[in-house]
Amino acid sequence: MNDPMIAVRGLRKSYGRTAVLRGVDLTVRRGEIFALLGPNGAGKTTTVNILTTLVPPDGGTATIAGADVVKQPAAVRRSIALTGQYASVDEFQTGEENLVMMADLAHLPKRAVRRRAHELLERFDLTDAARRRVGTYSGGMRRRLDLAISLVADPTVLVLDEPTTGLDPASRSQLWEVVRGLAADGTTILLTTQYLEEADRLADTIAVLAEGTIAARGTAEELKALVAGDHVRVTFEDAASLASARELGVAGLDAAEEDLRALALTFPSAEPVRAIRDVLDRAESRGLAVAGVSVVKPTLDDVFLALTGSAATDRTTGTTDQPAPEEALR
Amino acid sequence: MTTTLAPPARTAHGTVRPASVRAPLRDVATMTRREARRSLRSIDGLITAFALPVLIMSAFVIVFGGAISGGTGGEYIDYVVPGVLVMCLGMNSATAATGVAQDMTTGTIDRFKTLPILSSSALWGHVIASVVRNLASVVVVMLVAIAYGFRPDADLGQWLGFVGFAVLAVVTFTWVCVVFGLVLSVEASMSVSMIFLFVPYLSSGFVPVDTMPDWLHGFAENQPFTPIIESVRGLLAGAPDAGTIVTACVWLVGFLAASVVVGGVLYRRRTAR
Repeated sequence: MNDPMIAVRGLRKSYGRTAVLRGVDLTVRRGEIFALLGPNGAGKTTTVNILTTLVPPDGGTATIAGADVVKQPAAVRRSIALTGQYASVDEFQTGEENLVMMADLAHLPKRAVRRRAHELLERFDLTDAARRRVGTYSGGMRRRLDLAISLVADPTVLVLDEPTTGLDPASRSQLWEVVRGLAADGTTILLTTQYLEEADRLADTIAVLAEGTIAARGTAEELKALVAGDHVRVTFEDAASLASARELGVAGLDAAEEDLRALALTFPSAEPVRAIRDVLDRAESRGLAVAGVSVVKPTLDDVFLALTGSAATDRTTGTTDQPAPEEALR
Repeated sequence: MTTTLAPPARTAHGTVRPASVRAPLRDVATMTRREARRSLRSIDGLITAFALPVLIMSAFVIVFGGAISGGTGGEYIDYVVPGVLVMCLGMNSATAATGVAQDMTTGTIDRFKTLPILSSSALWGHVIASVVRNLASVVVVMLVAIAYGFRPDADLGQWLGFVGFAVLAVVTFTWVCVVFGLVLSVEASMSVSMIFLFVPYLSSGFVPVDTMPDWLHGFAENQPFTPIIESVRGLLAGAPDAGTIVTACVWLVGFLAASVVVGGVLYRRRTAR
């Protein structure tokens, strides 16, 4: 029972001279939501392609539910379902026809085909659109149908390659709910994403893939603990107050990062509460006008930056004063 | 810990049944149904299948026919209909290239490849749907040709021979186009039909080869469309020439075998782009 549903050891793959994967190790437990996080070109899709038997690895091993992706591809294909980067649904067929087609390809008994299609249409809130051609569907509806199609054969492992790319926030949350529900019912989920927020909110375990290796893995909290702790951010009423604040003698403040547009200073602090009290006390006695203070927790963005050395957003320095999880790591 | 997990049996929907010999047939049938829907629901496809052949034939018979008819001996319509038929079979097969290219681009083929199905069933779906589409198209073209004055002299056996030969030609043309679809972008795949539009002009399909400039004779006489069109012409005229038909079949079977092999390899190797 405790055997992992996905076990990957030393996976390597090169295209020409470019080494895309340089020894990737992954272990995913049954019912877990596992996120592979990384920028474009990190090897996420290559990993997915190997795990779904689309591409053979150059080295290393990968098993899905105990079946080797190279030696037992047919067994792997019976366990998995892939939802790719694009919504791979046929525009010229209706939602119902798409589902019936996949049920036929899953070799469901003839009499079960339509029943299964209708169950899934109902579950994904597509019953009203069932007889419309998918060409008329919205992006969110296509993604839901795409996911429904993946579930026709009750996969034990569901692989989602950037499932919410291009979706609006409401459709994204809706999809996350569905994925959580599937995991709660025991489906093992491997998803790739370049959205930090998606990994943070959805995944039980996150692995950061950078330049073909796993740079770190753990829960979102564990990963955040890897980087420097809390930061304190102080905003001022005017530039003069900000300029004088560095001399207040609070630990770390003299080296604070300056944001002149927001009139803010941000600095790392081991004791943020004490630092804030000191700043407020001393600023009052010196007559400096403080507009606000806050403690800034590290984000996955910081983790990402620290691990991969490449900025998730367009910032070039090491600290963050504003979490920007919606920013894609492009 | 050392036991290997067998793929879990799934029973909720009766999913897992003993591997049946009929499963691959069901896969191909499902894929064919999909392609038939794509053909019937695409304005482009319907125009290529039915309107275009009729327009091309009208152009040759009504517009060019008067000027060309001198050199062919007998009615020009009897000479040109086989050429138009083969050209239309080709162009109508070429829509498969775009279908395959679309499936590659949208990741649909990737999804099919991750299913426990007969791996080539998606490609065979294109081919069989193409045969059905082409046979429907041939019926329409033939009826219009007869309305224009085409008078075939084939007996029942020669008609059956024509149908069999047309099916072989369509299967081959479509497999060639499938290979193009696996490597070309959707836009580029749309020009595959140009092969079938222009190469037949440089054959005996529309005018006799000896009316062409000398330097074209070598190509026109030896390119595959000449024996293919001459075979159709012979069968429909009730005077098939065994040697010509054998030559045509060797060309077709050769292209078919090469396309099936190359297509199979490309299908396994290529992923969405």
